[in-house]
Amino acid sequence: MQLILCPHCGPREETEFCYGGEAGVPYPDDPSVLDDEQWARFVFVRANPKGAFTERWSHAAGCRRWFTAVRDTRTHRFLDVESIGASQPPTTPRR
Amino acid sequence: MTRIDGYGHALDRTRTSTVTVNGRRYTGHPGDTLASVLLAHDVGAIGTGVKYGRPRGITAAWTEDPTGLVQIEEPFPEPMLLASTVEITEGLVARGVNGQGRLAQVPDHARYDRRHTHCDVFVVGAGPAGLTAARRAARDGSSVVLVDDRPTPGGTLTGTERIDGKPALAFVDDVVAELAAHPDVTHLQRTTAFGHYDDGFVLALERRTDHLGSEAPAGRSRQRVHRIRAARIVLATGAIERPVVFEDNDRPGVMLASAARDLLHRHGVLAGRDVVVATTTDSAYAAALDLAAAGARVQVLDARAEVPPSWADRCAAAGVAVTAGTTVRGTVGEHRVHGVLVGDDRAEMPCDLLLVSGGWTPTSHLVSHVGGTLAYDEALGAFVPGEQLAGVDVVGAAKGTFGLAAALREAGGDDAPTAPEEPSTPSLVVWRTDGDPSRQFVDIARDATVADVARAVGAGMTHPEHVKRYTTIGTAHDQGKTSGMLAAGIIAELTGRPITALSPTTFRPPFTPVGFAALAGCQRGELFDPVRTTAIHDRHVRAGAEFEDVGQWRRPRYYPQPGEDMTAAVLRECVAVRTRVGIMDGSALGKIDVQGPDAAVLLDHLYTNLMSSLKVGRVRYGVMCGHDGMVVDDGTVLRLAEDRFLVTTTTGNAAHVLDSMEEWLQTEWPHLRIRLTSVTEHWSVFAVVGPRSRAVIARAFPGLNVSNAGFGFMTWQDTGLDGVDVRLARISFSGELAYEVNVASWYASALWDHLVAAGEPEGITRYGTETMHVLRAEKGFPIIGQDTDGTVSPHDLGIGWAVSTKKADFVGKRSFARAVNHDPMRKQLVSLLPTDATTKLPEGSQIVAWCDDGALPPPPVPMLGHVTSSYLSAELGRPFALALVTGGRERIGEVVGVPVGTALVPARIGGSVLVDPEGARRDG
Amino acid sequence: MADTLTRTHPLEAWRTAFAALSEELDPGLAIELAPLTTALDLRVDATGVFPFADVLGGPLPTAPNTWTPIRDGRAVWLGPDEWLVTSTTASGPRWEDEVRAVAGPHRGAVVDVSAQRTGVRLRGRDARELLSFGCALDLRPASFPAGSCAQTLLGQSGVLLLADDDGGPALDVVVRASFAGYVAGWLLDAAEELRPLPHNSDQEGDET
Repeated sequence: MQLILCPHCGPREETEFCYGGEAGVPYPDDPSVLDDEQWARFVFVRANPKGAFTERWSHAAGCRRWFTAVRDTRTHRFLDVESIGASQPPTTPRR
Repeated sequence: MTRIDGYGHALDRTRTSTVTVNGRRYTGHPGDTLASVLLAHDVGAIGTGVKYGRPRGITAAWTEDPTGLVQIEEPFPEPMLLASTVEITEGLVARGVNGQGRLAQVPDHARYDRRHTHCDVFVVGAGPAGLTAARRAARDGSSVVLVDDRPTPGGTLTGTERIDGKPALAFVDDVVAELAAHPDVTHLQRTTAFGHYDDGFVLALERRTDHLGSEAPAGRSRQRVHRIRAARIVLATGAIERPVVFEDNDRPGVMLASAARDLLHRHGVLAGRDVVVATTTDSAYAAALDLAAAGARVQVLDARAEVPPSWADRCAAAGVAVTAGTTVRGTVGEHRVHGVLVGDDRAEMPCDLLLVSGGWTPTSHLVSHVGGTLAYDEALGAFVPGEQLAGVDVVGAAKGTFGLAAALREAGGDDAPTAPEEPSTPSLVVWRTDGDPSRQFVDIARDATVADVARAVGAGMTHPEHVKRYTTIGTAHDQGKTSGMLAAGIIAELTGRPITALSPTTFRPPFTPVGFAALAGCQRGELFDPVRTTAIHDRHVRAGAEFEDVGQWRRPRYYPQPGEDMTAAVLRECVAVRTRVGIMDGSALGKIDVQGPDAAVLLDHLYTNLMSSLKVGRVRYGVMCGHDGMVVDDGTVLRLAEDRFLVTTTTGNAAHVLDSMEEWLQTEWPHLRIRLTSVTEHWSVFAVVGPRSRAVIARAFPGLNVSNAGFGFMTWQDTGLDGVDVRLARISFSGELAYEVNVASWYASALWDHLVAAGEPEGITRYGTETMHVLRAEKGFPIIGQDTDGTVSPHDLGIGWAVSTKKADFVGKRSFARAVNHDPMRKQLVSLLPTDATTKLPEGSQIVAWCDDGALPPPPVPMLGHVTSSYLSAELGRPFALALVTGGRERIGEVVGVPVGTALVPARIGGSVLVDPEGARRDG
Repeated sequence: MADTLTRTHPLEAWRTAFAALSEELDPGLAIELAPLTTALDLRVDATGVFPFADVLGGPLPTAPNTWTPIRDGRAVWLGPDEWLVTSTTASGPRWEDEVRAVAGPHRGAVVDVSAQRTGVRLRGRDARELLSFGCALDLRPASFPAGSCAQTLLGQSGVLLLADDDGGPALDVVVRASFAGYVAGWLLDAAEELRPLPHNSDQEGDET
């Protein structure tokens, strides 16, 4: 039972967390300008590295906050966690 | 009877217990194991091997025993326990395992539980090193947990040693007493650390009551899984003696030297009268001398060219003959050893017990569990823990530090206890002696021989992991505790590769077998999985509801009246709702409060519909899709204020929808001013449905304008009752005039009673989820997850009207633009009416083209789709179904075939709305 | 027809069982139903300065995993921008409006969640022992002193745990109402282990 460091609540058992897949895959600014292959790439294709992988986790049974973690996929060791903050450029849903 | 007076420190000789093994009764003492009782009665063979059926006896005194398996029959059936580890209690009944064990055929009513423990230092093993490490940590002020798998502490100490100038067992008692006096020390015997995981986490199984027999207290768990999280872990797990492989080494009467010594000192049992000790190392001499002192005739065969002088002198004094440079090549006997074959000329030497020692293998399983590497130590002929793991210290024999004095020093630090230094002579590493490889057992538990290893190597396997899987070596109950190292050594010999080039097989949890019951703990029966109930669950129980599980929710399915089965009850409930009025508890629906100036922006993006245009006071049905354009959820959206919505989700999907909404907000658009709050349990929701529902609502809420003009379809209103806020909404999931009544759940019971009372003059009828499903299916309303499976788009469901064409984007929109989404041959939701008007098509049935002869053609038969929902309809007076059918809407009017059992049932495809297609009923 | 919409405690059906258990285990453990308490979920950006002292009657805790007393209730940290504020006297809908008026300008939101959760209070020296059968957190007093809170798992249910001191150790187990029956059943099952052993058992030694 691995511990995962929630950036807000501290270390908790992994069963309190929910996995969110690769981080840093932004929703396209305007999906309508993508061709089918580009769109399929966004919907389905994710990196699967052997080694450091930046991914999203949610402390589902705790503060319910999503955060970004860097995990070594070979050892499952978490190399870094950080709360999701202002580092991302703002985007706006198209209406 | 070979019980020796003056030995047996574990026994309570003032009391006796009688056990039955293989139909014979044996008397022993508390403190005995099944193995010690059997050996005290000179029992050799107790069962037979798994593959060749050869006799099997007791080889070792603890969990490393590969052979001494018993099936417990009383007090509760358990398969494949080791006689060496079963403490006897009065009335225990067992029999030897012949091949395989047998699971209990009766439920296990014993209690099992788990407990979480946190500590600074967790010590595994209460031998001299572990006790010393625990004492050191306790004296430092650390919180300490010390576990040991045997009934009593002391590890391999026999009582003949001296520590700090006193008898070793007195030292053990002193340390145990000191630990017991520390408030922050927990010391558990009969507790096996069976798994070591990341971040200082260890699972340990405590056997709490079996040894108490009939005196076991009621209400206490039989076994407890301790989940221990420690800042530092000290592994003092000792070492396991290993044998040498020779011909017919599986014969009962062949035993590890340390086991005979342990049996003598712990249980007062002399395992043989005429003993041959075959060794490659010093430690077996202690066994030889102890057995001789207890009255056995003992001869030692030392594989080394020279006998260590100190042992030679002591043996001479004790009358123990020693021969150097000699090995055992085989055994003779029937069901037990009658003699050994010695040396190149295989000279027969009579004996009734052959003790073997090929050296010691550090018990490094718990190092290996967490990915710790092992390195080969040439001098020991064994793998020892490699580089140090963070937060894990290995001390004593487990680290390859043999010798009591050295182990104490290693574990004890500045105030380490002392013991006399014993001179030690290098061991000789011998894996096997010459003989017939097909009768040289490497893993006796698996009946796997040197010939099997040779076959594996001959087939090209050189890595122990591969050989393990080919030969099954190391996969039995003992997980290769004695055989793993031998296998590696023999593989090295047969491949001609140095053993240092091999890595041992990876040890995986559990260290010893753990019952599933213990792992499950209290998670059985009602506590197997949380059962979620609504605020008025007791009302449903009292009304005699039958329940169904929807996700974790337990919802009333129907309310049978006396003599009614489900079919009759549901038909009655359906008629009541369509002709009068019914009431249903819809509180399990997920409910999310969406609040903030940008609330409509988020909803516009997540729903296929346009939600920003919804006016305050109104309600809209909404559909959510994934990026792939497939439906993931649906529900209603109430606009409570310009900046506030109440969103409902399907019962099973509530948490997922909220998580996914939070993910959008927190990761994609954190600048949006929106907050999401689950209010699923805060609000209870009761649906009052049917043509007379207006009268019921009017009576329940005097003063509320219930007219169509005053309270239109898909609008909501707040009202009050006795000063309590109540929210009503005109939402219908049946096509009938209907009201959803929402109230804070504290008042749910009272409001439910109030509504039932108000409905009495109208004949209000409680109905459950089954009736709800029939009514919605008659209207063609899909249930997400029943009529959809993640491959179904809103258009496939015939609810393309809920997909906005005005919005620039929303989740799933881009996927709708793909050509395949417009393929007219996609599967579409349609109704199916079996033409015989009597067959209820089983849900999940395949749909195929109708064949005029009414028979299923030979395969392959192209599938056109499948039945997703199927019910009897009171309104239609016949069964009907919903189905996903390839090109279904174009096939309306066609007859297709549905295989039901061996028959092919014809069914006509129709539009998905079967009742009130013009929607005339919704306003009453 | 009822004259009054009376309130029902979500764990009413368990009250008797908890009382009987508490009597049997006195003074080691008592389990009692938490009173019905008005509760608001308060979301506001953690700007460092909170204007809520007046409307709440006390400060919002800013340290993670802590709660502070406020007027007739508590302010409980649930996350970096989320608090649960409770009151034994306020009316949910009215208080919601009052607090939202203050929170709104700070990107805040307030939702009445009074009936969303319920709970029990555990008192006595065995309270932490009881929770250790199903909670992985380190609940020892040094790690989880009075004033601590944590959202975590108990058995298989999400719970909010709060440590208090009312003349002795007290722990509040707060749980979503739909899971309350499961948690109540779980607590009663786990408490089996805390029942005193029959006197004639020799597990504690047979010196009689």
